[in-house]
Amino acid sequence: MARHPRSRIGKAPSTLQRQGIPIASTMVASMMPLLPIVSASPAMPPWGLLLLLGWRMLHRNIWPAWLGFPLGLWDDMFSGQPLGSSIVLWTLTLMGLDMLDKRMVWREFNEEWGLAAVMIAAALILGLIIANLTGGDTDAVIILPQIAISVLAFPMVARACAVFDAWRLR
Amino acid sequence: MAPPSPRRPGFSRRAQFGLFTGYVAAIIGAMIGLLLIITARFDPAGHSAIQGFLRDLFSPVSAAGRSFVRGGQTATDNVGAYFDAASKNQAMSVELKAMRSRVIKGDAEALENARLKTMLRLIEAEPGPHVTARIVSSSGSSSRRYATLGAGTRHGIQIGQPVRGPDGLIGRVIYAGIIASQILLISDTDNVVPAKRASDGMPALIVGTGVGLLELRPLGAGSNPFRPGDVFVTSGTGGIYRPGIAVAIAVKQDRDISFARPLANPATLDFAIVEPEYLAPLPPPPPAPLVAPAPKAK
Repeated sequence: MARHPRSRIGKAPSTLQRQGIPIASTMVASMMPLLPIVSASPAMPPWGLLLLLGWRMLHRNIWPAWLGFPLGLWDDMFSGQPLGSSIVLWTLTLMGLDMLDKRMVWREFNEEWGLAAVMIAAALILGLIIANLTGGDTDAVIILPQIAISVLAFPMVARACAVFDAWRLR
Repeated sequence: MAPPSPRRPGFSRRAQFGLFTGYVAAIIGAMIGLLLIITARFDPAGHSAIQGFLRDLFSPVSAAGRSFVRGGQTATDNVGAYFDAASKNQAMSVELKAMRSRVIKGDAEALENARLKTMLRLIEAEPGPHVTARIVSSSGSSSRRYATLGAGTRHGIQIGQPVRGPDGLIGRVIYAGIIASQILLISDTDNVVPAKRASDGMPALIVGTGVGLLELRPLGAGSNPFRPGDVFVTSGTGGIYRPGIAVAIAVKQDRDISFARPLANPATLDFAIVEPEYLAPLPPPPPAPLVAPAPKAK
């Protein structure tokens, strides 16, 4: 019996679709600084990091830890931070989450939000320290609004990841 | 039961080995990143060479992303313009009437300006070729303040050239790619601009604070002389910025330093002019040494 040409029964999504959509969406999010917004103070959330966390929280097996290197390198190209900053921070984030998965096997969304908040704050503060070590001299108070905005933006990003995920596994 | 995880590979040697290699690769990756940061700390020239090489590799990506964004913006602008054409027409005819009187006023002001400028001895003849380009973006999420300019070495931009907008100084070029270049804004904490007060030429150093305000550091000892409302222009000391570019207006006075707002608001920047690097006139040569140079050893 011939199947309907658009039938998805018995078909798995291709590897490109399964692996490509999370990686591509994170890469596009890293390119957000290219948007024509010229700001006087650091207020934009690190969208790439938020997407990385969003995907990683949604599927804990989605990425090996070494993917922090290529994705972080891509982010460094656009973020304005010294080269290497996102490479280190993203790899550490992924490795830290791998370790956490052994402790907290079952998690609620509120817990994931809390974990993401800690990781975002840590990444932004370490990013500031790295930027200050390499020539900047910015006060830590200045990034507090950015941390708040990023933490509040995380549920929205997680929701977006879930929408992309439905599309990914079609 | 918890979902099966590849992080717990069980007894499969192959899976265990794969997991182990994955972590080794991740740690090596983090080490490379750390090394790159260390080069940025101790060898900035080498670091910016690596960064420049990679940025040129990535510049087609940035350019494509940017033209995509630009296209979307133009499309929405066009649609918006169609919708409020009537109200805009009305507003414009009112504006035209107002402008006519302003043009006359502006002529008078231009005359006055010219007089004031000769008083301040601002250099009006701007030497050398200029490049005009769009400022396309800025580092919104990093604590450093950079902006990207949509022109590069192909258009004649070189590292170190000062960039200014119609209202005042914006920053200087710190990396010039082929089609795009990166500007360190004056509000960055690493950017120091030698300046003077426009009214009396009292020298100051202008340092960014990273949040859009600038610090005004007086060079002389004693109490802080800079009051809110003082306007500062570049002094030309030390080269790079030619004298007489408007930089900032003081807004707040503290005990030791004053704070100023850049005259070119970076949030509304659109077009920027890249000027050739200003070379400060050389100091007079030192007097000839009194003793004759030592004879050559045989």
